[in-house]
Amino acid sequence: MAKRVEAANVTAYYGGFKAIENINLTVEPKTVTALIGPSGCGKSTFLRSINRMHEVLPGARVEGNLTIDGQDVYDRDVDVTAVRRMIGMVFQRPNPFPTMSIFDNVVAGLRLNGVRRKSILEEAAEKALRSANLWDEVKDRLGKPGAGLSGGQQQRLCIARTIAVEPQVVLMDEPCSALDPISTLAIEDLMFQLKDKFTIIIVTHNMQQAARVSDRTAFFSIEKTGDPGRLIEYDNTQKIFSNPTQKKTEDYITGRFG
Amino acid sequence: MGDTPQRSAHAGTGGTPVATSHERPAGASARVAERSGNPGRPDGGLGGGGGLPRARAFGAERAFRGLTLAAGSTVLIVIAAIAIFLIAKAVPALRANTESFWTFEGWFPNDNPPKFGIGALAFGTVLSSLLALLVAVPVALGIALYLSHYAPRRLGNSLGFLIDLLAAVPSVVFGLWGRDYFAGPVADLSAWLNKYFGWIPIFGEGPYGSSILLGSVVLAIMVLPIVTSLSREVFRQTPTANEEAALALGATRWEMIRTAVLPYGRPGVIAAVMLGLGRALGETIALALTLGSTYAISFNILEAGGNSIAANIANRFGEANDTGRGALIASGLVLFAITLIVNITARAIIYRRREFTESAA
Repeated sequence: MAKRVEAANVTAYYGGFKAIENINLTVEPKTVTALIGPSGCGKSTFLRSINRMHEVLPGARVEGNLTIDGQDVYDRDVDVTAVRRMIGMVFQRPNPFPTMSIFDNVVAGLRLNGVRRKSILEEAAEKALRSANLWDEVKDRLGKPGAGLSGGQQQRLCIARTIAVEPQVVLMDEPCSALDPISTLAIEDLMFQLKDKFTIIIVTHNMQQAARVSDRTAFFSIEKTGDPGRLIEYDNTQKIFSNPTQKKTEDYITGRFG
Repeated sequence: MGDTPQRSAHAGTGGTPVATSHERPAGASARVAERSGNPGRPDGGLGGGGGLPRARAFGAERAFRGLTLAAGSTVLIVIAAIAIFLIAKAVPALRANTESFWTFEGWFPNDNPPKFGIGALAFGTVLSSLLALLVAVPVALGIALYLSHYAPRRLGNSLGFLIDLLAAVPSVVFGLWGRDYFAGPVADLSAWLNKYFGWIPIFGEGPYGSSILLGSVVLAIMVLPIVTSLSREVFRQTPTANEEAALALGATRWEMIRTAVLPYGRPGVIAAVMLGLGRALGETIALALTLGSTYAISFNILEAGGNSIAANIANRFGEANDTGRGALIASGLVLFAITLIVNITARAIIYRRREFTESAA
């Protein structure tokens, strides 16, 4: 259920603008990896390159080699929808489908996969909602609109929707930045549980969060505005936050920069 | 105290030049403040000492509210005026009618005794409009989705512009084109439909020519731009976050449209279709030129014939005497009622899913 993500010389563009350059990074299965760095350093771009969501934007493209357990994600013969089913994604702002009920939101991915049998959908929905620590809060109102939940509940609903299709890797793009501290804590707890089953990569602006939840931390940075983002340092989280090798990392961690 | 009750109300609560300068020149308010002594207000700052100023009795806020209220009521007044006019003119003609207004198939209000019935006209109006929508809506939604989600941005914009141009073509042009050029191909199509699908009752025997089918297709072309333009706008407004959510779940583009775009756009599309239906129901000259102007109720849409309320008014108004005009106005009243029912139904459909659509906003 969890796979290794390997990036080799990954470079991504928005039209003529090079957003990240030569990213080399390996993420081990069943770990939480945090991507940190100042705004505009390309951590979200890199994250979106992993499940090929980057290329959804007009003019955006990716070069280099990205593999999941050795399988090339950008292989010509690979079906992009299969890649995205294997690598789930949780976005910065909770984005449940506004016209769908809580239940329909959770099983949306399964329905896209052609699952129609009600009993299977119900079972999967309960399992996903339990994994997302949301079941007890919504079990009596599964038919109500998903958009009627609080922000934190919506984000957990989105996580449930993502894990309902049982992906190998879960990408999270600042999943707590729109949430209050209590909801944030709920989601961080959730990440601890989820890493038993999934490989998790999370982008965060919150360094305490990175230190709390991740096993490994990658620090991205840019020289100046307009330059591509680069991977400065990638190591065990403890090492990064206590004894980083690079001066830039230390400056960022200690708040002297960024 | 001050010269008017209103002014003194301001002054008494310590209105300062700053706070009231929106309403009148600073000099004037300063004078008022001076006169009332402005007690307990040594600094005169915006949020400074003194009590809280009382709400204004009159100001831009109230004036604007009054204006919008007046604008809103205008709609009601106009509608009521139209209804009163129609009823007042229609009643005498309806009294004079010697046949049943609802079931008689014919229109002889100028005769003595006058005989006329609305049944066939109302039937033709609804049938031609529904057929027009049946043809136009799938095409319009296809175009709208192509423009909003498939076409390259520049192509989408220019095509959208062309579609909007189509909406600006006068309906008489569509009517003449339909009657003089399009009637031939439609007659051929009718013969073909009758030959192969004649077992379906609506594709009956000829003679072919100015038929409900011809009128409906011309109507469809006229309705197309409205439905397309509005739907495209609605589809474009789908939040990117929802589209990305669907894509990230492994949806193909069409699946993404089905999961995120269409449900989100549903109320807007219904509104667009209803506007299109409104145009189709009220369309006059194009149908006057392309329908056969008969007064029989027939489901055979290929046969020369068919009529609509608005087309009938256009065709018969010139020759009408007093009772004739009254009869036409009575038919207008029925069209008014049909349109009202359609709109109420549309509202009801949108309202039914309010819980979901409101949280979408």
